[in-house]
Amino acid sequence: MKILTLNFLTCARKACKATNAAFPLHPRDAELEIVETDLNPLFIRNILPRIEWDALREICVELGLPTLPDAAPEPAALFAEPIVPADTMQDADEGAEKQPTQLLQDLHRLLLETTIATGKLVCGNCGHEYAVKEGIANFLLPSHLV
Amino acid sequence: MSRPEDTLPPDLFYNDSESRKYTTSSRIQHIQTQMTHRALELLSLRHPSLILDVGCGSGLSGEILSSSAPTTPSGPHTWVGLDISASMLAVALEKEVEGDLFLADAGQGVPFRPGTFDAAISISAVQWLCNAESSEESPAGRLGRFFNGLYASLRRGGRAVCQFYPKNEEQKRMVSNAAVRAGFGAGLLEDDPGTKSAKTYLVLTVGGGELDGDITGVVKGMEGVDVVDGRRRAKDKAKRGEERKGSKAWIMRKKEQMEKKGKVVKASSKYTGRRRKIAF
Ligand SMILES: [Zn+2]
Repeated sequence: MKILTLNFLTCARKACKATNAAFPLHPRDAELEIVETDLNPLFIRNILPRIEWDALREICVELGLPTLPDAAPEPAALFAEPIVPADTMQDADEGAEKQPTQLLQDLHRLLLETTIATGKLVCGNCGHEYAVKEGIANFLLPSHLV
Repeated sequence: MSRPEDTLPPDLFYNDSESRKYTTSSRIQHIQTQMTHRALELLSLRHPSLILDVGCGSGLSGEILSSSAPTTPSGPHTWVGLDISASMLAVALEKEVEGDLFLADAGQGVPFRPGTFDAAISISAVQWLCNAESSEESPAGRLGRFFNGLYASLRRGGRAVCQFYPKNEEQKRMVSNAAVRAGFGAGLLEDDPGTKSAKTYLVLTVGGGELDGDITGVVKGMEGVDVVDGRRRAKDKAKRGEERKGSKAWIMRKKEQMEKKGKVVKASSKYTGRRRKIAF
């Protein structure tokens, strides 16, 4: 499971839905795995405003990942101004494609390539543990918890 | 052919050999691909999106969502898949699909925070929600939890397209009404109606946001689309208030209707609609 997905996941129990403590779920005994995937700059630009940055910082601390800055980056910081050498000015259209910054690549690494391979996700409200095996989280609830 | 959802719940029906059969049958693959493309067309996404796939199975639709080919509009997209069948998910895992997989029952809800997804897609899965396997669950309860959860998990202006195989007209109504009750604008689209390869798509919109949230904006001009507008019907009912059958208001309205049709009606008086005492 990608760190990105964990940033959107809540406890499945109805009683927890309305509480703040049910998000984010806390990883326990987590084994991380890097799964490389193609950079998708426009996806990151689309999703960045939807990231709960404080929750992301918290999860990074819990997983022992490098500490993130206090505030979410501005969308403008994802792209550098196009590098257009003087002699290719006539190809302005192609040259105008903005270059992904290091920040964008770091976010890609953290959100889309860093995954939880095995472990548990624990609800901070009810304490329910969701098992993760081979990257797949089990969110089936026994009927008395639905 | 018997309907699999009538014989067993999906987690039991799609055992290892059924899952493999389903995934390797080229006819099923072809139909599934076709329906996923149709659903993507109806979603009309504008940029690489975060998409929920309900009943993702072995990831046949997901592979199309992740594709960077021009046949995947605005792609590649990032997706999260839910499925109740562990053996289907095992096949997806073997194929190393790009989406994140969850073993989950959509009839229990959608465990994501509000406004998570740009869009949702569901191919040949929603009819399974109409089965209740125990006395504690009802199809209406399961459909309600699913559509309420789905509605909340989508962004304002987001869309969902659910292709499903309704058993009959009643089930079609039950499913679309559950979606409308959850707050969606809903339309039903039928491809090849009345034939053996008829396909039913429930097209759902969440109001607000940058997209035209009104369902008529999505399905307007498309052939064979019925807009399901349960909200308007509910409002009409509320407007008529306590107008019970047989009440004065009801009789006055009926008289008016008859008069408009050119029929002769008795003149109204202060006694109209009053209950007459029974004379012995
Ligand atoms: Zn909980």
